Amino acid sequence: MTAALMAIVQLALVLVGGPLLLGVMRKVRSRLEGRFGAPVHQPLLDLRKLFTKQRLRPRESSWLFGAGPLVLVATVACVSAISPLATTRPPLGQSTDFFAVIFALLLGSVVLALAALDTGTAFAGMGASRSMTIGALAEPALLVAILAMAIPARTSNLPALVRAGLSHPALIASPSRVLALASFLVVILAESGRLPVDNPSTHLELTMIHEAMVLEYSGPDLGLIILGESMRLAFLLGLLVNLLVPWGVADRPGALFFIIGVVALAAKVLVTGVAIATFEVFTAKMRLFRLPELLAGGFVLALLGAVTAVVAR
Amino acid sequence: MTLRILLKTVAHPRKVSKDLGPAPHPSDELAGGLHGSFQVRHVDAGSCNGCEMEVHSAFSPIYDAERFGVRLVASPRHADALLVTGPVTKNMSDPLRKTYEALAEPRLVVSLGDCAKDCGVFKGGYGVEGSVSDIVPVDVHIPGCPPHPQAIVEALRGFTGK
Amino acid sequence: MNHVSVWVTALAGLMAAIAGGSLPVRSRVGAAVLLTWVSCSAALVAAVSVLHSGHAIVMSTTKILPLTGTMLVLTPLGAVFVIAIVVVALASTLYWLGYASHGLSTRSASCALPLFVTSMILVPFAGSVATFLVLWELMALTSLVLVLTDQSRREAARSAAQWYAVMTHAGAAAILLALVLLSAHAGGQTFAQIELHAHHLSGALRGTIFVLALLGFASKAGAVPLHVWLPKAHAEAPGPASALMSGAMVNLGIYGIILVGNVLLGGGPVWWWLLVSALGVLSALYGALYAATTSDLKRLLAYSTADNMGLVLIAVGASGMLAASGSRTIAAIALVAALLLMFNHSLFKGALFLAAGAVQMVTGTRDLDRLGGLLKRMPVTGVVFLVGALSVAALPPLNGFVGEWLLLQSLLHALPSTNTAVVITVTVAVAALALTGGLTVAAFVKAMGIGFLGRPRSVEASNSHEVPATMQLGAGLLAFSCLALGLAPMLILPSLELGARSVHGVGGSSPVHGWISLHLFGLHGELAPSLLAGGLFVALVATVLARRLSHRRSRPWPALAPAEPWGSGRRTQTVRMQYTATSFAEPLQRVFDDVIRPARDLDVSHTVESHYYVERIAYRTSSDDVIERVIYQPLIAAVRRWGRLARKLQNGSVHRYLAYGLLALVIVLVVLA
Repeated sequence: MTAALMAIVQLALVLVGGPLLLGVMRKVRSRLEGRFGAPVHQPLLDLRKLFTKQRLRPRESSWLFGAGPLVLVATVACVSAISPLATTRPPLGQSTDFFAVIFALLLGSVVLALAALDTGTAFAGMGASRSMTIGALAEPALLVAILAMAIPARTSNLPALVRAGLSHPALIASPSRVLALASFLVVILAESGRLPVDNPSTHLELTMIHEAMVLEYSGPDLGLIILGESMRLAFLLGLLVNLLVPWGVADRPGALFFIIGVVALAAKVLVTGVAIATFEVFTAKMRLFRLPELLAGGFVLALLGAVTAVVAR
Repeated sequence: MTLRILLKTVAHPRKVSKDLGPAPHPSDELAGGLHGSFQVRHVDAGSCNGCEMEVHSAFSPIYDAERFGVRLVASPRHADALLVTGPVTKNMSDPLRKTYEALAEPRLVVSLGDCAKDCGVFKGGYGVEGSVSDIVPVDVHIPGCPPHPQAIVEALRGFTGK
Repeated sequence: MNHVSVWVTALAGLMAAIAGGSLPVRSRVGAAVLLTWVSCSAALVAAVSVLHSGHAIVMSTTKILPLTGTMLVLTPLGAVFVIAIVVVALASTLYWLGYASHGLSTRSASCALPLFVTSMILVPFAGSVATFLVLWELMALTSLVLVLTDQSRREAARSAAQWYAVMTHAGAAAILLALVLLSAHAGGQTFAQIELHAHHLSGALRGTIFVLALLGFASKAGAVPLHVWLPKAHAEAPGPASALMSGAMVNLGIYGIILVGNVLLGGGPVWWWLLVSALGVLSALYGALYAATTSDLKRLLAYSTADNMGLVLIAVGASGMLAASGSRTIAAIALVAALLLMFNHSLFKGALFLAAGAVQMVTGTRDLDRLGGLLKRMPVTGVVFLVGALSVAALPPLNGFVGEWLLLQSLLHALPSTNTAVVITVTVAVAALALTGGLTVAAFVKAMGIGFLGRPRSVEASNSHEVPATMQLGAGLLAFSCLALGLAPMLILPSLELGARSVHGVGGSSPVHGWISLHLFGLHGELAPSLLAGGLFVALVATVLARRLSHRRSRPWPALAPAEPWGSGRRTQTVRMQYTATSFAEPLQRVFDDVIRPARDLDVSHTVESHYYVERIAYRTSSDDVIERVIYQPLIAAVRRWGRLARKLQNGSVHRYLAYGLLALVIVLVVLA
């Protein structure tokens, strides 16, 4: 019973925390631009309204169009419940493997890209093409970064990786982990469509990468997509902070430790989100055809991390 | 921009943004279903760009319409309402109609400026098809040539009730 | 009992070929298929009994092949390959029943296809060099006949068959040389005798034999740079034949490498397996890159075969390197990963090729730029292709993901090794694996998205309809197995482990075990594919319910309505405004421009009156295989040149020919003296 409850609490945290994180990042951007900006809970109000609106689908699309948002949210929700976010012993997730989590999130991206191609419009095809290219180039950096983190701990099991960080603090400060997490951060920015890879608030379709895929969605479908994307960002940042600064994560059973874990996670992700939003204000979007260089740079970081990890043993 | 100015800007946004008074009472039929969130898609149906500059100003740090839950979006499918400026020219009448049909229900149209109401100074021009209400049904009109940004923000606040 | 099933396999297969070649049109395909199923079922029974008991089946007779006799031995390793081939064969022959009216019911095709299936099934049964070579050649010839099915209508089929014939026989020559050297020096031509005496051979000789065998078998498996025949032959072969070639025949290349390297030669130094891994890395990257940039559906699938076989070669190479440097347990895990990748590939590539064959049959084209909107018109075929595409992309909850995970785990746990070559190879392999995975995802999103989704880009695509029930059933069977193995890989894992352990001689507990979740023996690595799938399903159901509940209040407008796609308000949106396969792949092609070097032709013609006004612009781009252009074409040109030069020796004069004979005799006498 308590196991299911913990999983649901963790899921609810990501479910509500995702839009809140989005609101906080928009608020930071507004403040740095010298204005008030929308309130932090505005994305939640947007979602509430979107769920009451009409769903429109392109006349000649198939069932895949409606499946895109569903699979996106389902994959993020599933991995949020079973990953070590608030506790190092997630109730249903003793066998949660880092690679499994990454591939599950990839499933969501792929089905969304297919759903975009189902609309039969030019912009959606462009968005899917660019999104898949960036995904293809970011994957080497991601997998080698996971490898670099898994070598010292001799496993790619996520709870074990977080626990290893807690029990051996020297592991966290090691150059291999820092390099690997730097590469992981580059990949998170690329996959979540943040600057300098993609401008999430652009109106110019030809500059869009991810937004172009969702131009056709309305109502609850759009709500699910916004929710899924923000949950994915929150989830990945949660993994990042747990691997970089694991203190606060519940390591022992007990409601008190779990609550401390939840609060610690929220605080750490909030700080990271604010840092990313601040960085975004001072960055311009990179040219599309310069992005492979950025992702190659991320790959080199990860490779250096892996080599350092192998040599250091 | 020095660090000092940066921190001051973050801490005291009131120095830049105008204080626009208390929240209006939302009219139930318009704002009831929106729950404080209003996404708008702007369509220029043939204006002189004067209204566009005022809209741009309304979303700038000085008048900051975003703090009342209003946001400009790129696709009409994402929007609750169209914000139409200018008299509707012959070339833009079909696109305007198509953009209106692309909105998801419940949908609204806000026409901005005197040109949108009765073609203003361009009435009778050879390229002008008609006013906005001749092409799509209009719900709210914001008068002015161009309307003051504060008037624009007040009209938009009527939708969110903030 | 086991001997009976082996006899039935061979005889039923032979009778199927005879039936296909001699019966009248109406009954020949049905009879051939029925007899092929009998043959496949018998082979399955034999394979399952070998895996169940752990003992090999041994049969020999001096009657069938003169001078050498025939020897049939089915080891656990061979049994694994037999099962993979049988599953694909059952589905493909079922599919053949519906496809036959489309040109595959001729006498030659109906005779060749069952013979092809039987020879493929019997290759793992071969227990002596002569049996192996005879069956190998039979397999090559029958598949050549199948590639030639369309040759009267298409020039490309003839050219593809030429390339295939030359390269498969060059490979067979290399294999022949290797096996003959081995049997000559090891004092016997049965595999048992060779295994016993192989360690007597010198290191240089073993190395030569291995490299020759590797070249021959790797060419059959489609490893780059020996892969050039693969995109041509697999694309031109008819539906069920290309599924069999890609889903079953390439596996035998892998079988040959493991057979010669591990079983016959008993393992070797690290540099052998380094070579195998290097071929694997090259194949994986090259295959994935070309799959991502081509717009021909079957060529895309063929390049993807080269890519997946590259992954299998990486796993086989890693396994060999680890065994050579002492970590036998992880070597066994790596070999299990190789076998699982091979098995998964048979299933999903078979499903993909059968679906592609259905598309080709209905629309008459393989060009992705002329397809589209097929998911609504061919729902079952579309879903089969979707399942196959998600499996190739290694996404949960399908089988490709489990294979990829196992490979990553074996590479990760290989890193604590002290051998520098192993460490460098493994790191390069993981990076290559990741890039390959990303490119494969892009390639199959393109194939599925442009080919099946959106609006039809041609009249043929918009007039398409679903294929006959037997074709749907055959393709659906393979797609269903992909899902089943993705949810429960432990259905096949014990058999794979038995095969792997028998190669590496690791006794005791199985390296990969577990029912609900897979555990690696002695290492910290676990995966619960069914639990993950269950979690995804529950989350999906919850999300669907959440979306349904959002519309509980009744409104004056419909909750879900069809609408014109939003195109920035432009007046007309034609189907040509959609993305094509070429445009989809353009960013990737630009990134890898230096590797692919597409040929670009820009033709600008100006008006007569003034040079400043352009009348017409014609742009053509084609990306043919760069290895073919850079290595093979010059080689063929050189061979032609030397042939022309050599013809000068033939001037028709008998005196000159007699002089040649005398000169040759004198040289031989000098050498012998």
